[in-house]
Amino acid sequence: MTVLPYTPETPSQTAGPYVHIGLIPQQAGFDIFQNNFGNVLFVPETPGERIRIEGRILDGTGSPVRDMLVEIWQANAAGRYSHPADRQDDQPVDPSFRGWGRAGTDFETGVYAFETIKPGRVIGRRGHGLMAPHVNLWLAARGVNIGLSTRMYFADEPIANAEDPVLRMIEPAMRRDTLLARREQRDGKTVYSFDIHLQGERETVFFDA
Amino acid sequence: MMVEREFFQRDRRLHPPAFTPQYKTSVLRSPRMPLWSLQTSLSEVTGPLFKPEELGPLDNDLLLNYARTGEPIGERTIIHGHVRDEAGQPVRNTLIEIWQANAGGRYRHKNDTYFAPVDPNFGGCGRTLTNAEGYYAFRTVKPGAYPFRNQVNSWRPAHVHFSIFGSGFAQRLITQMYFEGDPLIPHDSILQTIPDPKARDRLIARLDLNASVPLDTLAYRFDIVLRGSRQTLFENKREGT
Repeated sequence: MTVLPYTPETPSQTAGPYVHIGLIPQQAGFDIFQNNFGNVLFVPETPGERIRIEGRILDGTGSPVRDMLVEIWQANAAGRYSHPADRQDDQPVDPSFRGWGRAGTDFETGVYAFETIKPGRVIGRRGHGLMAPHVNLWLAARGVNIGLSTRMYFADEPIANAEDPVLRMIEPAMRRDTLLARREQRDGKTVYSFDIHLQGERETVFFDA
Repeated sequence: MMVEREFFQRDRRLHPPAFTPQYKTSVLRSPRMPLWSLQTSLSEVTGPLFKPEELGPLDNDLLLNYARTGEPIGERTIIHGHVRDEAGQPVRNTLIEIWQANAGGRYRHKNDTYFAPVDPNFGGCGRTLTNAEGYYAFRTVKPGAYPFRNQVNSWRPAHVHFSIFGSGFAQRLITQMYFEGDPLIPHDSILQTIPDPKARDRLIARLDLNASVPLDTLAYRFDIVLRGSRQTLFENKREGT
Protein backbone atom coordinates (compact mmCIF):
# COMPACT_ATOMS: atom_id res chain seq x y z
CA MET A 1 0.00 0.00 0.00
CA THR A 2 1.26 3.47 -0.83
CA VAL A 3 1.78 5.72 2.17
CA LEU A 4 0.62 9.29 1.70
CA PRO A 5 3.35 11.81 2.55
CA TYR A 6 1.68 13.41 5.56
CA THR A 7 3.14 13.82 9.04
CA PRO A 8 0.73 14.03 11.97
CA GLU A 9 0.22 17.25 13.92
CA THR A 10 2.26 17.74 17.11
CA PRO A 11 0.01 16.89 20.07
CA SER A 12 -1.20 19.61 22.41
CA GLN A 13 -0.34 19.81 26.11
CA THR A 14 -1.72 22.03 28.84
CA ALA A 15 -0.18 25.50 29.16
CA GLY A 16 0.20 24.85 32.90
CA PRO A 17 -0.02 27.34 35.78
CA TYR A 18 3.02 29.38 34.70
CA VAL A 19 1.94 30.27 31.16
CA HIS A 20 2.44 33.94 32.10
CA ILE A 21 6.22 33.53 32.21
CA GLY A 22 6.41 32.85 28.51
CA LEU A 23 3.53 34.87 27.18
CA ILE A 24 2.82 37.68 29.68
CA PRO A 25 6.01 37.87 31.80
CA GLN A 26 4.95 41.09 33.53
CA GLN A 27 1.97 39.27 35.04
CA ALA A 28 4.38 36.57 36.29
CA GLY A 29 6.15 39.40 38.12
CA PHE A 30 9.18 40.39 36.05
CA ASP A 31 10.33 42.47 33.09
CA ILE A 32 12.45 40.85 30.40
CA PHE A 33 11.42 41.89 26.88
CA GLN A 34 11.57 45.41 25.51
CA ASN A 35 8.39 44.88 23.52
CA ASN A 36 5.50 43.16 25.27
CA PHE A 37 2.35 41.83 23.65
CA GLY A 38 -0.75 42.96 25.46
CA ASN A 39 -4.46 43.57 25.57
CA VAL A 40 -4.70 46.96 23.81
CA LEU A 41 -5.22 46.37 20.09
CA PHE A 42 -5.50 49.87 18.67
CA VAL A 43 -3.32 52.99 18.40
CA PRO A 44 -4.71 56.55 18.30
CA GLU A 45 -5.01 56.61 14.49
CA THR A 46 -6.87 53.28 14.22
CA PRO A 47 -10.35 53.83 12.75
CA GLY A 48 -13.31 52.22 14.49
CA GLU A 49 -15.56 52.38 17.53
CA ARG A 50 -13.54 51.96 20.74
CA ILE A 51 -14.84 49.13 22.88
CA ARG A 52 -13.75 47.24 25.95
CA ILE A 53 -14.37 43.50 26.12
CA GLU A 54 -14.32 42.01 29.58
CA GLY A 55 -15.52 38.98 31.42
CA ARG A 56 -14.63 35.97 33.47
CA ILE A 57 -13.99 32.32 32.66
CA LEU A 58 -16.01 30.05 34.96
CA ASP A 59 -15.21 26.44 35.80
CA GLY A 60 -17.60 23.57 36.54
CA THR A 61 -18.33 24.90 40.05
CA GLY A 62 -19.03 28.40 38.71
CA SER A 63 -15.77 29.74 40.18
CA PRO A 64 -13.68 32.16 38.13
CA VAL A 65 -10.52 30.68 36.61
CA ARG A 66 -7.76 33.07 37.67
CA ASP A 67 -4.87 31.70 35.62
CA MET A 68 -6.35 31.61 32.12
CA LEU A 69 -4.64 32.92 28.99
CA VAL A 70 -7.09 34.57 26.62
CA GLU A 71 -6.18 35.60 23.07
CA ILE A 72 -8.41 37.38 20.59
CA TRP A 73 -8.21 37.68 16.80
CA GLN A 74 -10.48 39.95 14.84
CA ALA A 75 -11.02 41.89 11.62
CA ASN A 76 -10.59 45.66 11.39
CA ALA A 77 -13.45 48.17 11.40
CA ALA A 78 -14.04 47.56 7.69
CA GLY A 79 -14.30 43.79 8.16
CA ARG A 80 -10.90 42.78 6.79
CA TYR A 81 -8.27 40.65 8.49
CA SER A 82 -4.67 41.81 8.44
CA HIS A 83 -3.48 38.68 6.64
CA PRO A 84 -2.67 37.79 2.99
CA ALA A 85 -5.32 35.02 2.87
CA ASP A 86 -7.99 37.73 3.24
CA ARG A 87 -8.49 38.88 -0.36
CA GLN A 88 -11.52 41.12 0.16
CA ASP A 89 -9.89 43.79 -1.98
CA ASP A 90 -12.92 46.04 -1.75
CA GLN A 91 -12.19 46.50 1.97
CA PRO A 92 -9.18 48.51 3.16
CA VAL A 93 -6.30 46.97 5.08
CA ASP A 94 -5.56 49.01 8.20
CA PRO A 95 -1.77 49.11 8.80
CA SER A 96 -2.33 50.39 12.35
CA PHE A 97 -4.35 47.36 13.40
CA ARG A 98 -2.99 43.80 13.65
CA GLY A 99 -6.22 42.55 15.20
CA TRP A 100 -4.63 40.32 17.82
CA GLY A 101 -4.17 40.64 21.57
CA ARG A 102 -3.61 38.56 24.65
CA ALA A 103 -4.51 38.88 28.33
CA GLY A 104 -4.37 36.81 31.48
CA THR A 105 -7.33 36.63 33.81
CA ASP A 106 -6.58 38.58 36.99
CA PHE A 107 -4.99 36.50 39.78
CA GLU A 108 -7.48 38.00 42.30
CA THR A 109 -10.71 38.71 40.46
CA GLY A 110 -10.49 36.36 37.48
CA VAL A 111 -11.47 39.19 35.11
CA TYR A 112 -9.90 39.49 31.65
CA ALA A 113 -10.16 42.61 29.49
CA PHE A 114 -9.26 43.91 26.04
CA GLU A 115 -9.32 47.43 24.66
CA THR A 116 -10.12 47.16 20.98
CA ILE A 117 -12.40 48.36 18.20
CA LYS A 118 -15.62 46.84 17.02
CA PRO A 119 -14.87 44.70 13.95
CA GLY A 120 -16.78 45.01 10.69
CA ARG A 121 -18.60 42.20 8.91
CA VAL A 122 -16.37 39.70 7.08
CA ILE A 123 -17.39 37.74 3.99
CA GLY A 124 -18.51 34.19 4.81
CA ARG A 125 -17.01 30.93 3.68
CA ARG A 126 -16.99 30.52 -0.11
CA GLY A 127 -18.24 34.07 -0.50
CA HIS A 128 -21.72 33.29 0.75
CA GLY A 129 -23.11 36.27 2.61
CA LEU A 130 -21.54 38.26 5.37
CA MET A 131 -20.74 36.96 8.82
CA ALA A 132 -21.96 39.13 11.70
CA PRO A 133 -19.27 41.15 13.49
CA HIS A 134 -17.43 38.82 15.83
CA VAL A 135 -14.21 38.36 17.77
CA ASN A 136 -12.44 34.98 17.78
CA LEU A 137 -11.16 33.81 21.17
CA TRP A 138 -8.64 31.15 22.12
CA LEU A 139 -8.17 29.95 25.71
CA ALA A 140 -5.33 28.01 27.32
CA ALA A 141 -4.51 27.24 30.96
CA ARG A 142 -3.62 24.68 33.57
CA GLY A 143 -6.20 21.90 33.34
CA VAL A 144 -7.02 22.74 29.71
CA ASN A 145 -5.38 20.00 27.64
CA ILE A 146 -5.98 21.58 24.26
CA GLY A 147 -6.72 25.24 23.46
CA LEU A 148 -10.42 26.13 23.35
CA SER A 149 -11.78 28.15 20.42
CA THR A 150 -14.93 30.20 20.55
CA ARG A 151 -16.42 33.39 19.09
CA MET A 152 -17.93 36.44 20.70
CA TYR A 153 -20.82 38.09 18.85
CA PHE A 154 -22.48 41.41 19.69
CA ALA A 155 -25.98 41.16 21.20
CA ASP A 156 -26.86 44.61 19.81
CA GLU A 157 -26.50 43.36 16.21
CA PRO A 158 -29.71 41.31 15.94
CA ILE A 159 -30.09 41.68 12.16
CA ALA A 160 -26.51 40.72 11.33
CA ASN A 161 -26.59 37.91 13.90
CA ALA A 162 -29.74 36.46 12.33
CA GLU A 163 -27.89 36.27 9.01
CA ASP A 164 -24.67 34.82 10.40
CA PRO A 165 -23.90 31.34 8.99
CA VAL A 166 -22.24 30.14 12.21
CA LEU A 167 -24.94 31.35 14.61
CA ARG A 168 -27.61 29.95 12.28
CA MET A 169 -25.96 26.54 12.46
CA ILE A 170 -26.28 26.44 16.27
CA GLU A 171 -29.92 25.53 16.52
CA PRO A 172 -30.62 25.48 20.28
CA ALA A 173 -31.13 29.12 21.28
CA MET A 174 -29.72 28.46 24.74
CA ARG A 175 -26.41 27.37 23.24
CA ARG A 176 -26.32 30.08 20.58
CA ASP A 177 -26.87 32.74 23.23
CA THR A 178 -23.66 31.69 25.01
CA LEU A 179 -21.81 33.50 22.19
CA LEU A 180 -23.53 36.88 22.68
CA ALA A 181 -21.85 39.72 24.55
CA ARG A 182 -24.00 42.33 26.27
CA ARG A 183 -23.38 46.01 25.57
CA GLU A 184 -23.13 48.39 28.53
CA GLN A 185 -22.15 52.01 28.99
CA ARG A 186 -19.77 52.55 31.87
CA ASP A 187 -18.17 55.93 32.66
CA GLY A 188 -18.83 57.02 29.09
CA LYS A 189 -17.14 53.92 27.64
CA THR A 190 -18.70 51.08 25.71
CA VAL A 191 -18.12 47.75 27.42
CA TYR A 192 -19.12 44.37 26.09
CA SER A 193 -19.27 41.83 28.87
CA PHE A 194 -18.63 38.25 27.89
CA ASP A 195 -18.38 35.47 30.46
CA ILE A 196 -17.26 32.04 29.26
CA HIS A 197 -18.56 28.90 30.96
CA LEU A 198 -16.20 25.95 30.59
CA GLN A 199 -18.83 23.53 31.91
CA GLY A 200 -22.33 23.31 33.30
CA GLU A 201 -25.81 24.27 32.20
CA ARG A 202 -24.60 27.39 30.44
CA GLU A 203 -21.51 25.81 28.86
CA THR A 204 -20.20 28.08 26.09
CA VAL A 205 -20.12 26.73 22.55
CA PHE A 206 -16.54 25.77 21.64
CA PHE A 207 -15.60 25.03 18.06
CA ASP A 208 -13.66 22.37 16.25
CA ALA A 209 -12.76 24.42 13.21
CA MET B 1 -14.04 28.44 -10.25
CA MET B 2 -12.63 30.18 -7.19
CA VAL B 3 -9.91 29.23 -4.73
CA GLU B 4 -10.05 29.32 -0.95
CA ARG B 5 -7.57 28.22 1.68
CA GLU B 6 -8.71 25.73 4.31
CA PHE B 7 -7.04 23.58 6.94
CA PHE B 8 -7.02 19.80 7.10
CA GLN B 9 -9.42 18.54 9.72
CA ARG B 10 -7.66 18.22 13.08
CA ASP B 11 -7.21 14.58 14.10
CA ARG B 12 -8.37 14.80 17.70
CA ARG B 13 -7.23 11.23 18.43
CA LEU B 14 -3.65 12.52 18.44
CA HIS B 15 -4.41 15.09 21.13
CA PRO B 16 -5.39 14.70 24.76
CA PRO B 17 -9.15 14.79 25.34
CA ALA B 18 -10.39 17.71 27.46
CA PHE B 19 -11.52 15.48 30.34
CA THR B 20 -8.63 13.43 31.79
CA PRO B 21 -9.32 12.49 35.44
CA GLN B 22 -5.73 11.32 36.02
CA TYR B 23 -4.76 14.99 35.57
CA LYS B 24 -7.16 16.28 38.19
CA THR B 25 -7.29 19.97 37.28
CA SER B 26 -8.85 19.05 33.94
CA VAL B 27 -11.99 17.72 35.63
CA LEU B 28 -13.61 21.11 36.34
CA ARG B 29 -12.08 22.89 33.36
CA SER B 30 -13.13 20.54 30.55
CA PRO B 31 -16.13 21.26 28.33
CA ARG B 32 -18.59 18.35 28.42
CA MET B 33 -20.65 19.21 25.35
CA PRO B 34 -19.30 18.12 21.97
CA LEU B 35 -17.25 20.73 20.14
CA TRP B 36 -19.31 22.38 17.40
CA SER B 37 -17.79 21.42 14.02
CA LEU B 38 -17.07 24.50 11.97
CA GLN B 39 -15.81 24.54 8.41
CA THR B 40 -13.04 27.08 8.25
CA SER B 41 -13.82 30.63 7.16
CA LEU B 42 -11.52 33.64 6.90
CA SER B 43 -11.74 33.90 10.70
CA GLU B 44 -9.84 30.63 11.08
CA VAL B 45 -7.44 30.59 8.11
CA THR B 46 -6.07 34.03 8.95
CA GLY B 47 -4.09 34.78 12.10
CA PRO B 48 -1.65 37.26 13.57
CA LEU B 49 1.68 37.80 11.83
CA PHE B 50 4.79 39.12 13.57
CA LYS B 51 7.84 41.03 12.32
CA PRO B 52 11.49 40.51 13.25
CA GLU B 53 11.77 44.10 14.51
CA GLU B 54 9.18 43.33 17.22
CA LEU B 55 11.70 41.02 18.92
CA GLY B 56 14.97 41.90 20.64
CA PRO B 57 18.35 40.44 19.61
CA LEU B 58 18.62 38.29 22.79
CA ASP B 59 15.00 37.19 22.96
CA ASN B 60 15.90 33.64 21.83
CA ASP B 61 18.95 33.32 24.09
CA LEU B 62 17.88 32.34 27.62
CA LEU B 63 21.53 32.10 28.66
CA LEU B 64 21.87 35.86 28.19
CA ASN B 65 18.42 37.48 28.09
CA TYR B 66 18.14 37.78 31.89
CA ALA B 67 21.84 37.59 32.82
CA ARG B 68 22.53 40.10 35.61
CA THR B 69 25.68 39.16 37.56
CA GLY B 70 26.69 36.25 35.32
CA GLU B 71 25.14 33.43 33.34
CA PRO B 72 22.49 31.06 34.74
CA ILE B 73 23.43 27.80 36.50
CA GLY B 74 22.72 24.62 34.57
CA GLU B 75 23.55 22.47 31.57
CA ARG B 76 24.09 24.72 28.56
CA THR B 77 21.56 23.51 25.99
CA ILE B 78 20.51 24.25 22.43
CA ILE B 79 16.92 23.40 21.48
CA HIS B 80 16.34 23.58 17.77
CA GLY B 81 14.27 22.16 14.93
CA HIS B 82 11.89 22.90 12.10
CA VAL B 83 8.26 23.90 12.10
CA ARG B 84 6.47 22.29 9.18
CA ASP B 85 2.85 21.58 8.42
CA GLU B 86 1.26 18.17 7.95
CA ALA B 87 2.01 18.32 4.22
CA GLY B 88 5.70 18.94 4.94
CA GLN B 89 5.69 22.62 4.00
CA PRO B 90 7.93 24.86 6.13
CA VAL B 91 6.02 27.30 8.36
CA ARG B 92 7.99 30.51 7.84
CA ASN B 93 8.26 33.63 10.01
CA THR B 94 6.03 32.19 12.67
CA LEU B 95 6.32 33.19 16.33
CA ILE B 96 7.53 30.55 18.79
CA GLU B 97 7.54 31.41 22.49
CA ILE B 98 8.98 29.12 25.18
CA TRP B 99 9.03 29.10 28.97
CA GLN B 100 10.57 26.74 31.51
CA ALA B 101 11.79 26.19 35.06
CA ASN B 102 15.44 26.85 35.95
CA ALA B 103 17.99 24.07 36.48
CA GLY B 104 16.64 23.48 40.00
CA GLY B 105 13.04 23.12 38.85
CA ARG B 106 11.89 26.55 40.02
CA TYR B 107 9.91 29.00 37.89
CA ARG B 108 10.32 32.76 38.00
CA HIS B 109 6.64 33.26 38.79
CA LYS B 110 4.93 34.90 41.74
CA ASN B 111 2.73 31.81 42.24
CA ASP B 112 5.61 29.26 42.37
CA THR B 113 6.62 28.50 45.97
CA TYR B 114 8.84 25.44 45.45
CA PHE B 115 11.93 25.18 47.74
CA ALA B 116 14.46 25.32 44.92
CA PRO B 117 15.87 28.84 44.61
CA VAL B 118 15.16 31.32 41.85
CA ASP B 119 18.26 31.79 39.68
CA PRO B 120 19.05 35.53 39.64
CA ASN B 121 20.40 35.21 36.09
CA PHE B 122 17.59 33.22 34.54
CA GLY B 123 14.23 34.58 33.39
CA GLY B 124 13.05 31.33 31.86
CA CYS B 125 11.38 32.60 28.71
CA GLY B 126 12.33 33.29 25.12
CA ARG B 127 10.86 33.84 21.70
CA THR B 128 11.89 33.75 18.07
CA LEU B 129 10.56 33.70 14.53
CA THR B 130 11.20 30.72 12.26
CA ASN B 131 13.33 31.55 9.22
CA ALA B 132 12.52 30.99 5.54
CA GLU B 133 13.07 27.23 5.97
CA GLY B 134 10.86 27.05 9.07
CA TYR B 135 13.95 26.59 11.27
CA TYR B 136 14.26 27.89 14.84
CA ALA B 137 16.84 27.67 17.64
CA PHE B 138 17.07 28.68 21.31
CA ARG B 139 19.94 28.60 23.82
CA THR B 140 18.99 27.85 27.39
CA VAL B 141 19.81 25.68 30.41
CA LYS B 142 18.21 22.29 30.81
CA PRO B 143 15.27 22.67 33.24
CA GLY B 144 15.04 20.59 36.41
CA ALA B 145 12.25 18.23 37.42
CA TYR B 146 9.83 19.49 40.08
CA PRO B 147 6.89 18.22 42.14
CA PHE B 148 3.32 19.31 41.52
CA ARG B 149 0.06 18.75 43.34
CA ASN B 150 -1.79 16.04 41.50
CA GLN B 151 -1.20 12.83 43.39
CA VAL B 152 0.76 13.14 46.65
CA ASN B 153 4.05 12.30 44.96
CA SER B 154 3.67 13.62 41.39
CA TRP B 155 6.76 14.97 39.63
CA ARG B 156 7.07 16.61 36.27
CA PRO B 157 9.88 15.40 34.02
CA ALA B 158 12.17 18.15 32.74
CA HIS B 159 10.20 19.98 30.06
CA VAL B 160 9.99 23.19 28.07
CA HIS B 161 6.63 24.80 27.20
CA PHE B 162 6.15 25.84 23.57
CA SER B 163 3.60 28.23 22.09
CA ILE B 164 3.35 28.35 18.27
CA PHE B 165 1.13 30.45 16.01
CA GLY B 166 1.34 29.14 12.44
CA SER B 167 -0.18 31.25 9.69
CA GLY B 168 -3.85 30.84 10.68
CA PHE B 169 -5.52 31.12 14.08
CA ALA B 170 -6.84 27.53 13.77
CA GLN B 171 -3.20 26.31 13.79
CA ARG B 172 -2.57 27.86 17.21
CA LEU B 173 -0.86 25.33 19.49
CA ILE B 174 0.60 25.14 22.98
CA THR B 175 2.54 22.04 23.93
CA GLN B 176 5.46 20.76 26.03
CA MET B 177 8.78 19.28 24.98
CA TYR B 178 10.56 16.57 26.99
CA PHE B 179 14.16 15.30 26.97
CA GLU B 180 15.13 11.87 25.67
CA GLY B 181 16.04 9.42 28.43
CA ASP B 182 14.31 11.18 31.34
CA PRO B 183 13.21 8.44 33.78
CA LEU B 184 10.19 10.50 34.92
CA ILE B 185 8.60 10.47 31.45
CA PRO B 186 6.61 7.22 31.92
CA HIS B 187 5.29 8.47 35.28
CA ASP B 188 4.04 11.88 34.12
CA SER B 189 0.27 12.25 34.40
CA ILE B 190 0.27 15.23 32.04
CA LEU B 191 2.13 13.52 29.18
CA GLN B 192 -0.11 10.48 29.78
CA THR B 193 -3.20 12.57 28.92
CA ILE B 194 -2.21 11.85 25.29
CA PRO B 195 -3.65 8.40 24.63
CA ASP B 196 -1.46 7.37 21.66
CA PRO B 197 2.10 6.31 22.65
CA LYS B 198 3.45 7.29 19.21
CA ALA B 199 1.95 10.77 19.63
CA ARG B 200 3.55 11.07 23.10
CA ASP B 201 6.89 10.06 21.63
CA ARG B 202 6.77 13.01 19.22
CA LEU B 203 7.04 15.38 22.19
CA ILE B 204 10.36 13.87 23.28
CA ALA B 205 13.32 15.82 21.89
CA ARG B 206 16.31 13.75 20.78
CA LEU B 207 19.90 14.38 21.75
CA ASP B 208 21.51 15.88 18.64
CA LEU B 209 25.27 15.53 18.99
CA ASN B 210 25.89 16.82 15.48
CA ALA B 211 24.28 20.14 16.36
CA SER B 212 26.11 20.44 19.68
CA VAL B 213 28.88 22.99 20.00
CA PRO B 214 32.03 21.10 21.06
CA LEU B 215 33.32 22.05 24.53
CA ASP B 216 30.35 24.43 24.88
CA THR B 217 26.70 23.40 24.49
CA LEU B 218 24.66 20.17 24.06
CA ALA B 219 21.85 20.18 21.51
CA TYR B 220 18.40 18.60 21.42
CA ARG B 221 16.22 18.50 18.33
CA PHE B 222 12.48 19.12 18.49
CA ASP B 223 10.57 19.30 15.21
CA ILE B 224 7.04 20.68 15.33
CA VAL B 225 4.18 19.89 12.97
CA LEU B 226 1.19 22.22 12.59
CA ARG B 227 -2.04 21.53 10.75
CA GLY B 228 -1.75 21.35 6.98
CA SER B 229 -3.73 23.47 4.57
CA ARG B 230 -5.00 23.11 1.03
CA GLN B 231 -6.16 25.48 -1.65
CA THR B 232 -9.67 24.31 -2.46
CA LEU B 233 -11.29 24.95 -5.81
CA PHE B 234 -14.98 25.63 -5.58
CA GLU B 235 -17.93 26.73 -7.64
CA ASN B 236 -19.78 29.75 -6.40
CA LYS B 237 -22.95 27.92 -5.40
CA ARG B 238 -24.45 26.65 -2.17
CA GLU B 239 -22.59 23.63 -0.89
CA GLY B 240 -23.93 20.36 0.46
CA THR B 241 -27.61 21.24 0.17
